[in-house]
This record gives sequence, C-alpha cells and structure tokens, in this order.
Amino acid sequence: MSQATQTYVCIVCGFIYDEAAGRPEDGIAVGTKWTDVPADWTCPDCGVAKADFEMVEV
Amino acid sequence: MNLHPIVVVGSGLAAWTTIKELRKHDAQVPLVMVTASSGDAYPKPALSTAFAQGKQADQLRNGVAADLAATNQVQLQAHTMAVSIDLAAQQLHTSQGVLDYSSLVLAHGANPIRIPLQGDAVDQVLSVNQLEDYALLRARLQPGARVLIMGAGLIGCEFANDLSAAGFKVQVVDPSARPLAALLPEDASLQLAHALSALGVVWHWGNSVTRVSEQAPGLQVQLQNGEQLQVDLVLSAIGLRANTDWLAASGLQCDRGVLVNSHLQTNDAHVYALGDVAQYASAGNRTLPYVMPIMTAARALGATLSGTPTEVVFPVMPVAVKTPAWPLLVAAPSPQTAGAWVLLEEGAWQFHNQDGQCLGFVLAGAKTSLRAKAMQWLSAP
Repeated sequence: MSQATQTYVCIVCGFIYDEAAGRPEDGIAVGTKWTDVPADWTCPDCGVAKADFEMVEV
Repeated sequence: MNLHPIVVVGSGLAAWTTIKELRKHDAQVPLVMVTASSGDAYPKPALSTAFAQGKQADQLRNGVAADLAATNQVQLQAHTMAVSIDLAAQQLHTSQGVLDYSSLVLAHGANPIRIPLQGDAVDQVLSVNQLEDYALLRARLQPGARVLIMGAGLIGCEFANDLSAAGFKVQVVDPSARPLAALLPEDASLQLAHALSALGVVWHWGNSVTRVSEQAPGLQVQLQNGEQLQVDLVLSAIGLRANTDWLAASGLQCDRGVLVNSHLQTNDAHVYALGDVAQYASAGNRTLPYVMPIMTAARALGATLSGTPTEVVFPVMPVAVKTPAWPLLVAAPSPQTAGAWVLLEEGAWQFHNQDGQCLGFVLAGAKTSLRAKAMQWLSAP
C-alpha cells in the first residue's frame, strides 16, 4: 500500500508544507517527504529553521 | 557579577522565542517571565485565519505555559501586570511585587487601537489580538451572523476572508478607497477587493463607524455618512499601538514604540525590547509587527543576553497576507520611498525608484510561488 503524502503546518506562523506539492521555488521537488526536506531549509513565511521547526500533521 | 535574573515581560512569540534562543547559549542564567496572561503559547497569525478551519481557541494553543517554563527553566509569574521600572535600581515593579533584574526584556507587545465611538454598545466592539479574544469571538458568533469589520488593512482583510469563508455575512468599513491601500498598488488592491466581494464581502469605502447601539437581537451601527447597518457583531481591526505609556513614565525613550538600537537595547543599557512593542533603529526606525522580524530579533537578543553582543540585521522580510481567496506576498519599500509600482505580469508587481531599481514587490494568487525569484529582484544591482 502506498503511503499518502502528508501536510505539515508551521506552528509559528501557519505556513503549510504539502509533501504532494513540494516547494519547487526553493528547489524542493514535488512529492518530497518532510524528512527529506534539507535541514537548512527555513520557513518561507517566518524564517524558522527546519531544525527548530515544530511542524504538526494536519 | 550580577546574580539577579533576566526578567522578560510578555509571553507572546517575542518573549518565548527570546527565551528559547537564550537557552541555546546559556542553560544556567536565572530567568523570570512576567505576563499579564496565562503565558500559554499559540501562533498569533492563526487568529485571523483559523475560523474557516473550524478551529477552537483551545486547538490553537501549542504550548502550555507551565510546560514551556519547565522546559526552559523559567520562573513563571502569570496573570501579573508590569507596572513601572526603576532604571537606577534595576527593579521591575509588578502587581505582585518588586523584581530585581540583571537585564530586562520588554516583549509585551501592542494593544489594539480603539477609536472613540458613541452609543450604548461600544463596549461590545471586539478586537482580536490574543487567544482569549479569539475565544470570545467564537463564543459570540452564531451560525450565519452578520459581522461588521472596522478596517481594511492586513488583519481586517484576513478576517473578512476567514469569516466569509466560515459562512458569516461580512461587511467592511474603511476611510480609504480600497483594501490594504497603504501597502499595495492600486490594481492589486482592487483585485483583492474583487476576490473578497466574490466571497460575499460588502465594502463601505470612504466611511467610518460613529455609533454602535444595542438593537435586539443585535447591534445598530451608524456610519459617518448617516447610513445605518444592522449587524450582530462589530470587529475592530484598525491597527495596533505599542504598549509604551508605562515605559515612557519610567524614563525610556518612546515614539511609536520603545526605541531600540541595533543591539535591541533601549536608552538604558540593561533594558532591551523586541516585537510589537519595539521601534527598531535597524529597520529605519520602524515598528515591525510581524512574525519574521520577531524571529530575527529574538535570535540576536538570545545571543546578546548570553554575553555575545549581537547586532540584529533584518533581511528582506516579505509579509504574507493570508487571504486564501487571493493570497498576497508583499515586500513593501520603506515608507516615503520615491518611486512607483510597475505591473510586471498578471499577479506580479515591482516597486521601482527613479533609477529603475526594484525596491519592493507584490505577488498575488498563483504568483506567490515566485517568491524566491522575487527576492532576487531586490538584490539585483
């Protein structure tokens, strides 16, 4: 069974990262799992570093 | 060495982030938080975007104060008002007593601006600036309620979108001629107005509320032009003013906020400020009541307080306007900058000075995905 993609929301600012959509403008391809998002990626809306990210599944 | 604690006033994003950043550098220094609220943490931008998602106030809370205090080794003094500061003695006077401090961090934010109104229901006009306010808004709004929003700025527009999408009948009154008039090029502003109209938002431009009176089962609102509106709730979203009255009385230099230098230091070397209460020399003497500047400032201040003086350097910080009907990303030029908005392509504008240099941008709708490209416009020589 294939795993469905997940959506995560930045609890600091509400920015939503959707694995299905990726973040092509930041070089993160469509379908990129959250765990595969680079560690130096930062929230585009609030600048929180991924290391500090407290994302929750929605 | 001064063994008194570092005292932080406030418990919003600025306060908690400063504490977390400081603890990355220094696990030992004693910390005290003084806050008028419970101290619980929540994402403030969600207050104007969470209704349509059906979120209750409790669901927005993402940190319980007692847990955060334990994790970060902070002595929490909740439901405590900061009253005055004795700068010479390095003491904060509160409603619960006097606290000695080695450094004092002012992170207690701003209050909603209230304009004087007539009528016997003025005290029912709601502003939503804290989680408690959002809980009150939810409690007061019955399904299908008629809502009048005062103010068509960022928060007013976000609420107009959120409450319309949640099924309420929304009207907006503003003295200007269009939404986000101070921030957007005219055609972008008109497109936002159109997108929200399509959701059912009714606009009252060039107008303001003068009177709010009880009229069962709701409220009667009178506008400046004499028009009368029957609504169930009035939401005031006309802006924030830094909470500085008590600071100025204590001898700190204040203008629109408490003035801080590039080290986030006030005119007293032991007192720092950031967040909605601060007016930053590093930002052209502006207040920056947004998330990203708070995160940037808190990182610098956390290092400074741990003994490594660190200047805050604000990067370009575009502001996201969370209006899902027509989302916007705005990097506004500094106020008073000479120049003009230029439409680059549908949904994308640049602000050019007389030399053709790009000093700001607006991305709208699907074009908000061009963020990274737009950031390069600003750094181009």
